[in-house]
Amino acid sequence: MRLKLESRAEPSRLMGYLSPLFAAVLTVIAGFILFSALGKNPLQAFYTFFIYPVRDLNGFAELLLKASPLMLIAVGLACGYRANVWNIGAEGQLVLGAIFAGGVALYFHGSESSLILPLMVVAGAIGGILWAAIPALLRTRFNANEILVSLMLVYVANFLLSWLVHEPWRDPEGFNFPQSKQFTEAALYPPLIPGTRLNVGFLISLAVVGAGYVFLNRSFLGFQMRVAGLADAAARYAGFNANRMIWLGLLLGGAAAGIAGMGEVAGPIGQLLPSVSPGYGFAAIIVAFVGRLHPFGILLASLLMSLLYLGGEAAQMGLQLPSAMTGLFQGMLLFFLLGSDVFINYRVKVVHPPKAPAQLAEAAA
Amino acid sequence: MSSQAPKASAVTPRIELRGITKIYPAVVANKDVSLTALPGEIHAVLGENGAGKSTLMKIIYGVVKPDAGEVLWEGKRVTVTNPAHARDLGIGMVFQHFSLFDTLTVVENVALALPGKPELGELGRRITEVSERYGLPVDPRRLVHSLSVGERQRVEIIRCLLVNPKLLIMDEPTSVLTPQAVRKLFETLRQLSAEGCTILYISHKLDEIQELCNNATVLRGGEVTGHCDPRQETPKSMARMMIGKDLPHPQHGAPKTGEPRLVLAGLNRESPDPFGMDLKDMHLTVHSGEIVGIAGVSGNGQQELLVSISGEEPISEKHPVIICGAEAGRMNPAARRELGLCFVPEERLGRGAVPRMSLSDNALLTAHRGGFVKSGLIKFSEIAAFATSCIKDFNVKCGGAQSEAKSLSGGNLQKFIVGREIMQKPKVLVVAQPTWGVDVGAAAFIRQKIIDLRNEGVAILVLSEELDELFEVSDRLAVIAKGRLSPTKPIKETNVEEIGVWMSGMWPDGGDATHFAPSTAQGG
Repeated sequence: MRLKLESRAEPSRLMGYLSPLFAAVLTVIAGFILFSALGKNPLQAFYTFFIYPVRDLNGFAELLLKASPLMLIAVGLACGYRANVWNIGAEGQLVLGAIFAGGVALYFHGSESSLILPLMVVAGAIGGILWAAIPALLRTRFNANEILVSLMLVYVANFLLSWLVHEPWRDPEGFNFPQSKQFTEAALYPPLIPGTRLNVGFLISLAVVGAGYVFLNRSFLGFQMRVAGLADAAARYAGFNANRMIWLGLLLGGAAAGIAGMGEVAGPIGQLLPSVSPGYGFAAIIVAFVGRLHPFGILLASLLMSLLYLGGEAAQMGLQLPSAMTGLFQGMLLFFLLGSDVFINYRVKVVHPPKAPAQLAEAAA
Repeated sequence: MSSQAPKASAVTPRIELRGITKIYPAVVANKDVSLTALPGEIHAVLGENGAGKSTLMKIIYGVVKPDAGEVLWEGKRVTVTNPAHARDLGIGMVFQHFSLFDTLTVVENVALALPGKPELGELGRRITEVSERYGLPVDPRRLVHSLSVGERQRVEIIRCLLVNPKLLIMDEPTSVLTPQAVRKLFETLRQLSAEGCTILYISHKLDEIQELCNNATVLRGGEVTGHCDPRQETPKSMARMMIGKDLPHPQHGAPKTGEPRLVLAGLNRESPDPFGMDLKDMHLTVHSGEIVGIAGVSGNGQQELLVSISGEEPISEKHPVIICGAEAGRMNPAARRELGLCFVPEERLGRGAVPRMSLSDNALLTAHRGGFVKSGLIKFSEIAAFATSCIKDFNVKCGGAQSEAKSLSGGNLQKFIVGREIMQKPKVLVVAQPTWGVDVGAAAFIRQKIIDLRNEGVAILVLSEELDELFEVSDRLAVIAKGRLSPTKPIKETNVEEIGVWMSGMWPDGGDATHFAPSTAQGG
């Protein structure tokens, strides 16, 4: 008797839902082994990593706060990824969103108008869109690879921000630190839960997840993008405009990342600094894939990713484990998830030995 | 090579299958199938799409493992573990769906199937030698992606012939060859048979089987329904064994033609591909209510003509392609579909349908203009109902509207695609290879549907490499050769021989076209 993978006639919906659970359980088991091998009490380590960070309301608020930009960016990226448009530069688009939104906040500094915040959201989106338009233009005009162009623009964006906070936008009363003035209240997201840092930016992220679901799974444009990603000859045959798919895929990702960047400077940071993101733009790529390019999957994946960030910080402080722990758990999760995903399209079949194997072997020999 | 002649029952069978059963998740592909073929025998395996022919051949070739039953090779039980093992035993196979690497050259592809590391220059010479001997011309240095379907099949056949097999399995080998090349191939197969090589021959062309084969096993629904000697049968009687009833013959009344719907007015097109075919000054008019057929060996400009008409690769001028009165040369496929053009392409998976999408989604692919999108959102239940009625009306065997396109057999997917296009009520329908690799029952069904559509007043253009098919459905016929299009001729005023001559580029007023005569025709 042996086991064999056999392709299913149709992908299993049930396994689609069960697979992330399998992955989580396997990650926990592997984590147990890992902690034991490091000489830590696995139960205590687990508590520190997964429970301690969300033990109270404040911790829970932090979880949602960190998940917010991740889900926002990942949904935007998923639009492009479904169409095989590989925007790797969300981090740069995020920075441009922060710059544009920050520019609005600084320009209207001191004003108490309630229009400033919406204006910052729009400006952030425009910043991200403009930065994403560069790879889109180069790809559609000159067939330049959008992976490279968008990635390289991340570094340009970071230098642009760095120059702004060192030179023109530096706070004159900031003791020469490279930072802008603190934004006034009218340029900050109001808190969602008093006493925590969670703000209404989270609601915007949730709304984008909902809109992303409608766009990707219900709209004809989303359907066209999926076709373009799965079979470009079929998209050409049906008359779907390939360039429009590229533009849309990149600009949607850019807009989402730009709004996420705005949310950082109008939220936990509250001003422009040389660095406005701990790599959310890159982590969101993993979130998009762990969430399988589905907005609801992305919602869950962003929570998990956020927990891994918080758990990693707690493990550094509480267990004296290196910060690489976070990356290790992210990697294990992705690994087990991709492994479990095999069972969406395949199932295990028990193969019984053929009749009279001894005779067969003899004859074959 | 064996010297024993195919004598009576005293001879050990070259291959014997006993009680082969193979069950897939959705379907029983083979149920208790037995088959015996002697050395030198040309044995036909007959059956409709999904009857289990291909699965049975894949079991012999070691691609698929049976769930029960045994294989005897020259009297000994064997378990063929993989195709390399099969080739070691002396089994060669020409697949219906090609197994070639697009980015490699012909000679590199052939080298991959041979043991060891053959020297490519020497191998190239052997390929040329074999291809000339068997009338299958192909340049060993060309990249496979630039080859047409017919040329790729030649490579598959040559690849098998190079290793002097004892058993040659041929899965629909003649579907894209000219009548002359088929005759040449049959000579080759008879020669191989005389040398003692056994041939398992799968084809839906019953007249070919009758001409070539001396034994036949008929499959239906995965089970053996009969054996016969094709020489003692008629194509009609074999079709009855195969599908369990008489074969419907397409009804074809006199055409009632109306206004011109599709016009080519001096279509010129330079191919960007160095191995592609330039189109030169093509003229053609297809009226409402008629079917115009275009015959020709693959690789003579069919692909280029089709993408010029469909708009997948628009041309630089407007006027050479006129659809329903509109100059459409520079329009994209979507705009041309708005004018009333529907198109069934040659490749079903990946072009005509998205493999990993459901039939419902694949219906939406081109049928979305029929009110299935409202305010930018998809009406899922309506498009599923459309797909379901297409499945029902066009007799598509599948698990339902949510089945993935890639789970369907070639013939069933073709019925679905043809159905999807016809149900959109086109004004002009362009069909490439309507029944390529489709069994006789489904082929007759598809042809009848096309003829019905013509009787409703649709202008229809059919490109096919099967002359029988074109003579069956067309009202007028033209020939494409070396990027040029012949004048059309009413079907009643011409015959297979004349069209065969035209296929080599020699038609009246063809001018210098004679200089471009493809070498395939010279072989006959």
